[in-house]
Amino acid sequence: MPEATAHSIAPLGITRDRLATFVIWSAALLVTGLFLWLISDILLGGITRLSWAFLTEPPFDAGRSGGIGPIIVSTGLILLVAIAASVPPALGTAILLAEFSRRESLFGRSVRLSLDVLAGVPSIVFGLFGNAFFCIYLGLGFSILSGGLTLACMVLPILIRTAEEGLRSAPDDYRLAAAALGLSRSAALMHLLLPTAMPALIAGLMLGIGRAMAETAALIFTSGYVDRMPDSLWDSGRALSVHIYDLTMNVAGGDANARAAALVLVVLLLLVNGAAMTLADRWRNARIVTA
Amino acid sequence: MNWSKLNTLFPSRADQPLLWLLRLCALTAATVVLLILTFLVIESRPALRDVGIARFFGDRSWHPTEGEYNFMPMLSGTVYCSLGALLLAVPSGIAAALFSRWYAPASVAGLFRRLIELLAGIPSVVYGLWGLTTLAPLIGRLHAPGTSLLAGILILALMILPTIALTADAALAAVPQAYLRGAAALGLSRWGMISGVALPATRSGIATGILLAAARAMGETMAVLMVCGNVVQYPDSLFDPVRTLTANIALEMAYAMGDHRAALFVSGLALMLLMLAMVGAAGLLSRGRRYA
Repeated sequence: MPEATAHSIAPLGITRDRLATFVIWSAALLVTGLFLWLISDILLGGITRLSWAFLTEPPFDAGRSGGIGPIIVSTGLILLVAIAASVPPALGTAILLAEFSRRESLFGRSVRLSLDVLAGVPSIVFGLFGNAFFCIYLGLGFSILSGGLTLACMVLPILIRTAEEGLRSAPDDYRLAAAALGLSRSAALMHLLLPTAMPALIAGLMLGIGRAMAETAALIFTSGYVDRMPDSLWDSGRALSVHIYDLTMNVAGGDANARAAALVLVVLLLLVNGAAMTLADRWRNARIVTA
Repeated sequence: MNWSKLNTLFPSRADQPLLWLLRLCALTAATVVLLILTFLVIESRPALRDVGIARFFGDRSWHPTEGEYNFMPMLSGTVYCSLGALLLAVPSGIAAALFSRWYAPASVAGLFRRLIELLAGIPSVVYGLWGLTTLAPLIGRLHAPGTSLLAGILILALMILPTIALTADAALAAVPQAYLRGAAALGLSRWGMISGVALPATRSGIATGILLAAARAMGETMAVLMVCGNVVQYPDSLFDPVRTLTANIALEMAYAMGDHRAALFVSGLALMLLMLAMVGAAGLLSRGRRYA
């Protein structure tokens, strides 16, 4: 940068420049320091308790001792329900938006607007809605099904947006070639466009799973608190994040196990997000057809 | 490109069933929002009818079991927490973005961005756990009880900082190189280039990020629920415990009945409408962002 000239012309400017450099570096160091503190705290706080037994045993004494076996199972089931319920409509909407409607059409804009709104709804409001609609109106009660369906509503916008972007970035040559060959659009989608966009679709799915796994507030009043091993989807099941919340807030002496559970949750999230990022990178670099 | 321009190429009777299936999917996805709004309105109607909007602001306090439904203390908690968090997170978030774009050496910048992305992915309940077990005791040593407005502000600031930093970073990355070269050619210093060219050029992008972060701060539940102390009161100082609207819902939904339950839905509805306004404003702001 032209610091030397700036110095000779405006000594005041160079002082201000140095001051700005100092302030920005210290802000960055502060942020880094805080975050390293947070991450090392989570890591060190939980790692001593972590063992195979912790991951598989049921919790005892309200979670003060024992493990998180049934809680992991419940979390997995809730996620499965959420994915099973959200992926088909999300994929369908994304295909319609990307392949069958113009970006500026009234229909496309209104669907996109409603998704933007949905993405902005606070998670506790999803909890209220899930409780009123799935638990009471549909009579599912506090159950894994209610929790999973509530989360499905919540991850819809993420899934649709990533899938739409993925489909839109498939090269137009593919569509022209398919048209030239006389393929129907359904066939072009099935055999060409969906496979091309697959890594993007999966990356979006991973992001959605990450969001759902991190969620707590929407689950407290939909899937409930019961920490037994669930017998079916109609049973109440406690998600990992709810378990952390409950141990920290409501169980005196539950801190140690809460930290261990938090470590498990963070590691799972890192794996999921890492997978999403790797897939997205690979998809950006990949070219399916070579010349 | 889009297919609809090619309609003449496609008689596409074969595509009709698929198209109807897709329309059904999109309809389902789009109705979710309406469904949420409808149910919030239905559930909050008893309170709106029996209690009336005026009493949500005019009652003596929040004692739902005695029929007193004043939301103002909780609303003040939400507003103080969010404003405080924004006050801390906006300058440091923008500084973090400037750092990774123009101050850090290339290798550090990549690492730094990864770190911020990592933080954006940490769940709010983990922030809450950390705040309650590490941060609150530290504040408590300064001034009891520790779980306080200050703890809420600090934790929220930490949580929304990545949002601000990442959106500001993306906006700064989109500033045309020509602007920056022009600034260099004029002999501007690095800070002169940032304050005179880069920041003004990204004003609307950064403002969008701030709005989204504000929406996230106001809608956040778990972290503030865990660190704020949850006493219904107007705080006199930063060390007083407060309760936010979201925490109030989470705390009382478990046992609320009748008008009390309906009142909680009213606060949920109000939160959702507030969020709609903010997301809408962010959308309008980002629409104006174009470089000639």
